[in-house]
Amino acid sequence: MERYYQEEIECASREEIKALQDERLVKQVKHVWDNVPYYRKKMEEKGVTPEDIKGTEDLHRLPFLSKADLRDAYPYGLLAVPLKDCVRIQSTSGTTGKRVVAFYTQEDIDLWEDCCARAIMAAGGTDEDVCQVSYGYGLFTGGPGLNGGSHKVGCLTIPTSSGNTERQIMFIQDLQATILCCTPSYAAYIGETMKEMGLTPDEIPLKAGIFGAEAWSEEMRRDIEQTLGIKAYDIYGLTELSGPGVSFECSAQQGMHINEDHFIAEIIDPDTEEVLPEGSQGELVFTAITKKAFPMMRYRTRDICVLTREQCSCGRTHVRMRKPKGRSDDMLIIRGVNVFPSQIETVLMNQGYAANYQIIIDRVNHTDTFDVQVEMTPEMFTDNMGEIAERQKALVEGMRSMLGISPKVSLVAPKSIARSEGKAVRVIDKRKI
Amino acid sequence: MALKQISVFLENKPGTLSEMTGALAAANIDMRALSLAETKDFGIARLIADDVYKASNALKDAGFVNSLTSVVGAMIPDEPGGLDKLLKIFHEANINLEYMYAFLGGDSVDHAYMIFRVGKEMEKEADAVLAAHGIRVLTQEDVNQI
Repeated sequence: MERYYQEEIECASREEIKALQDERLVKQVKHVWDNVPYYRKKMEEKGVTPEDIKGTEDLHRLPFLSKADLRDAYPYGLLAVPLKDCVRIQSTSGTTGKRVVAFYTQEDIDLWEDCCARAIMAAGGTDEDVCQVSYGYGLFTGGPGLNGGSHKVGCLTIPTSSGNTERQIMFIQDLQATILCCTPSYAAYIGETMKEMGLTPDEIPLKAGIFGAEAWSEEMRRDIEQTLGIKAYDIYGLTELSGPGVSFECSAQQGMHINEDHFIAEIIDPDTEEVLPEGSQGELVFTAITKKAFPMMRYRTRDICVLTREQCSCGRTHVRMRKPKGRSDDMLIIRGVNVFPSQIETVLMNQGYAANYQIIIDRVNHTDTFDVQVEMTPEMFTDNMGEIAERQKALVEGMRSMLGISPKVSLVAPKSIARSEGKAVRVIDKRKI
Repeated sequence: MALKQISVFLENKPGTLSEMTGALAAANIDMRALSLAETKDFGIARLIADDVYKASNALKDAGFVNSLTSVVGAMIPDEPGGLDKLLKIFHEANINLEYMYAFLGGDSVDHAYMIFRVGKEMEKEADAVLAAHGIRVLTQEDVNQI
């Protein structure tokens, strides 16, 4: 039976959702115009005033915000309430060198935690569950978000944060954790460690996992589900918009429901910036309509995906987004070709390898070098050198047909690629451009 | 009875081999024979040891992917033509060798030991052919006592 945290809104009719969005958007535009000179200036440059925005159909008239704006306005330029009304900041990992600092009022945190609670209940969580939150706590939104959501559902919450994998496993076993929240790469690592300890899926009390904060493939999902004996749910979010819980998977696992009472989603053509009709692939853009402290307007996520409002079998009516292929931040351009690390992962898993790999790119004599290091596994090892060379060749061929360019594949010792307790480091780009 | 050889995957970078021997030393493993095969990117160390299973587990615990491979061991006289005689026997029996390596050691001063990898389906035949020619085929116990 499907359970909802806030059924009345999660299963509201499309008309009700539209009416709510219209009302909240109008209010939010006024709030931002009055309190964020940075955005007001952008609106003025476009010749738009709050009076022009009467509902979601006028959304396209508003200017965009991008990561570059966040950098320009750092740290307070997009703040919409007095600092004394803020109770928290969270910040991005800064892996791309552009740290984002987001502010929250108490109400903002409350609504964010509601979104996470919806995700936990959609994964089957109730107040009878023991929920282990192995996302990092601290500036990263993963730990605090799911922690708050877990409290709201009434789960017994184990705030392990990430790291110390043996202790993670001890808690899962001793306290009979039923739900695990962490990044998919950390879930895979926990699974790998459990397997090494000789634990079979039947001996692991977990039944569900909520994994997000990085792109992961369907193959990786199946792998984690098998090793841990769970159902694995995807969760999506950005620090700029609150954190995890912007959208989440339900039991149908046919895309992630966007919490439309808080976020309006659009798909645009990333080049022309034109809004595309439902069902088209394009860049995901969000407008936060309830956040008070840090209200992102038409924020360009750089995530490429597709939206659908088709009725979902879980009963929720909120629009679903397909799993993004990967953050465009994750996207590499190698010899002019777009490469997502998740594509490499798909090839590895299809050929029976674990998703322990690293992509190393460099530029030698004006040409990109593209090396993929793959960890040798006992299953793939044989005493026959010719056979190993064949397998290496098969990996190169698999990647060539997936990407259109051929990497050099090296087989490296097991465990030689550093394991991650948060977001995995998949790419080392040594190019100086 | 075929011998068990340990085949170890080695990444091609400085220090890998010494890490491997370190793991074996720590587990108090006495190696009888060792052979290395390499490509540009990786290598395989093949070794015969006194306690195969202990050695394999010690390597696994140290993070080395390894597997056990059946090989044929034979004792030959350490004199000109010793190996030649043996290979002629294989040739006549039409037995194909994938690789081989030799070792000397123990108390035996006039014998050498050869380790052969023959195609899997040929193992029994190799044993039989050698025995028919009066050549001593090594067992794991023999190896332990060398």
